[in-house]
Amino acid sequence: MRAKWTRTDRFSRLNDVEHAPSIQAPSIQALSIRDAAFSWEGGFGIEIAEFDLSARERVLLLGPSGGGKSTFLNLVAGIAPPSRGRIDVLGTDIGRLRGARVDRFRVDSFGIIFQMFNLLPWLSALDNVLVPLRFSALRRGRVADARGEAARLLGALGIAPALHGQRAGTLSVGQQQRVAAARALIGGPGIVLADEPTSALDAANARAFLDLLGAELEAARAALLMVSHDETLAGAFDRVVRLDDIARAGGGMAA
Amino acid sequence: MSLLRLALLSLWNRRLTAILTILGIALSVTLFLSVEKLRTGARDSFANTISGTDLIVGARAGDVQLLLYSVFRIGDATNNVTWESYQDIAARPEVDWIVPISLGDSHRGYRVVGTTTGFFDHYRYRRDTGLRFADGAAFDDLFDTVVGADVAAALGYAVGDRIVVSHGTGRGSGAEHDDKPFRVTGILAKTGTPVDRAVHVSLEAIEAIHVDWQGGGRVEGLQIPAERVRNMDLTPKTVTAALVGLKSRITTFRFQRFVNGYEEEPLTAILPGVALSNLWSLVGVAERALSAVSLMVIVTALLGLVTTLLASLEERRREMAILRANGASPRTVMALLTAESGMIALAGALLGLGFLHILLFALQPLLDSRFGLYLKVDPPGMREGAILAFIVLAGVVAGLVPAWRAYRRSLADGMSIRS
Repeated sequence: MRAKWTRTDRFSRLNDVEHAPSIQAPSIQALSIRDAAFSWEGGFGIEIAEFDLSARERVLLLGPSGGGKSTFLNLVAGIAPPSRGRIDVLGTDIGRLRGARVDRFRVDSFGIIFQMFNLLPWLSALDNVLVPLRFSALRRGRVADARGEAARLLGALGIAPALHGQRAGTLSVGQQQRVAAARALIGGPGIVLADEPTSALDAANARAFLDLLGAELEAARAALLMVSHDETLAGAFDRVVRLDDIARAGGGMAA
Repeated sequence: MSLLRLALLSLWNRRLTAILTILGIALSVTLFLSVEKLRTGARDSFANTISGTDLIVGARAGDVQLLLYSVFRIGDATNNVTWESYQDIAARPEVDWIVPISLGDSHRGYRVVGTTTGFFDHYRYRRDTGLRFADGAAFDDLFDTVVGADVAAALGYAVGDRIVVSHGTGRGSGAEHDDKPFRVTGILAKTGTPVDRAVHVSLEAIEAIHVDWQGGGRVEGLQIPAERVRNMDLTPKTVTAALVGLKSRITTFRFQRFVNGYEEEPLTAILPGVALSNLWSLVGVAERALSAVSLMVIVTALLGLVTTLLASLEERRREMAILRANGASPRTVMALLTAESGMIALAGALLGLGFLHILLFALQPLLDSRFGLYLKVDPPGMREGAILAFIVLAGVVAGLVPAWRAYRRSLADGMSIRS
């Protein structure tokens, strides 16, 4: 059933997100999935029995390539609407949100880092970091000086000021991933979703990236859900979950 | 960052294809607007050829034919009006003024018009503009002539020059009235009408150069010198047509009926305005075909725009996924693409308008002198504004096709673009 989304509801929910103890206290869930299912038009789908992510917790979700990790992230981010079950993000059942509301809720709640090609190549590094603020009033409201904060995050993630104004397409892959991390963190979303962000980096760069990301997550008090097939990364996380243990993915699934 | 700026920056990133698409639209817009300009310019020039004349009287003929030979000097009359009938008509109480026209001779390809000085007083064009002398004055002596602006410019004539009239209207017919040369006494200012391409002499002069001619050739052994001709009776026997101004417009139709029913000989009186619009409707088919072709060119350019946008979608799937992941709704993605196509169309339309004005500035003197087509260079009017608005709107609508595709794709792709 479609949720009635009144102005009052919206503001009270936004306030919940902003001031909720979930970001402060690890005991409160950032993400909770119960018996959710989804399948793409082609028939590939996923069924998730149960999954929880606490506030400020860092979880590595391990699974083989083509094993449904991306579908899992699409489901969590509200891009793929669940056909059944319940997905709560920072206290909101996102399955009940529709249309532009789910898009707004996504950018309010999540910072997202892809495997590669994270950035709009024709924008500067700094402008790329500012993109979520264009769509999220909530995150925009949390930073007094947007450009200053973007520059600070870029600096903290090891991007020299000289590169801030450079077109993103001209940066190295490692630099691009760090710009993407800054974009995911700006305005303090409760959760960062990362889809194999280190797969294009060598081991040393991957480690450095995760360390920098970890430090900034700590500062932003955000949770991290990262999917990967690389078990060697496990050391950087509070908990490792195997997708096979919590979900069933494959073709010909009933939606 | 506004959506428009995002669209602009994204477009700038693909500037080569964008510029080519804009150029395509601009050229098609220029073509369309030029055709429109030529069309309306030609129609205006055409409709403005004669004004202030209530009726044109000639021998019995179709109204378009009479208009063509009497005003546009195209083709020839099948018959003439006798001098008696002309005088009979001139004497009618309704008639305010009457100007005879006698055609049949030429000067180096330009028609010679036998008339009276009344022609310079009563001929009107472009609503109520009268003829003006750029130099000199109307003819006074029997062998004086007044040439149109184009004749003077093309042949380099000045007041005082001597010219010879040829018999007949064919170029280089060889039969010249070289024993009776004319002196240029006046050069008319440019009008943009067939008057510019005419050599005007008096009716008596037409008689004078033909006294020793018969049936299109010189009478063997007969040559009457110019000085002797001056003493002869030079009353014309016929005229080709007459322009008539009436005292009151109310009498126009009654007077037209009188002429059409004239008993002494079969005559036709036409209303120039009606004949002009009849003639234009003949040309109208070609005119509409021209418009249709240039409209098709615009449609083709817009199809090119759709193709370009569709082709760019594949490489932009990632861009859409990034925007979607960062809170852009599928509608925003759609808006981004339609804004982009709208901007391309707008840039194309404005550039096209710019091209048109450059072309107009460059070609206006040539069109005027070579084709007698006077095109005004004026700021875009309501009509052009409406056409440009239509093109921008069409650009936005054209953008909806790729936008809808992007919308569908961004729903299906989600955040999962990896290449």
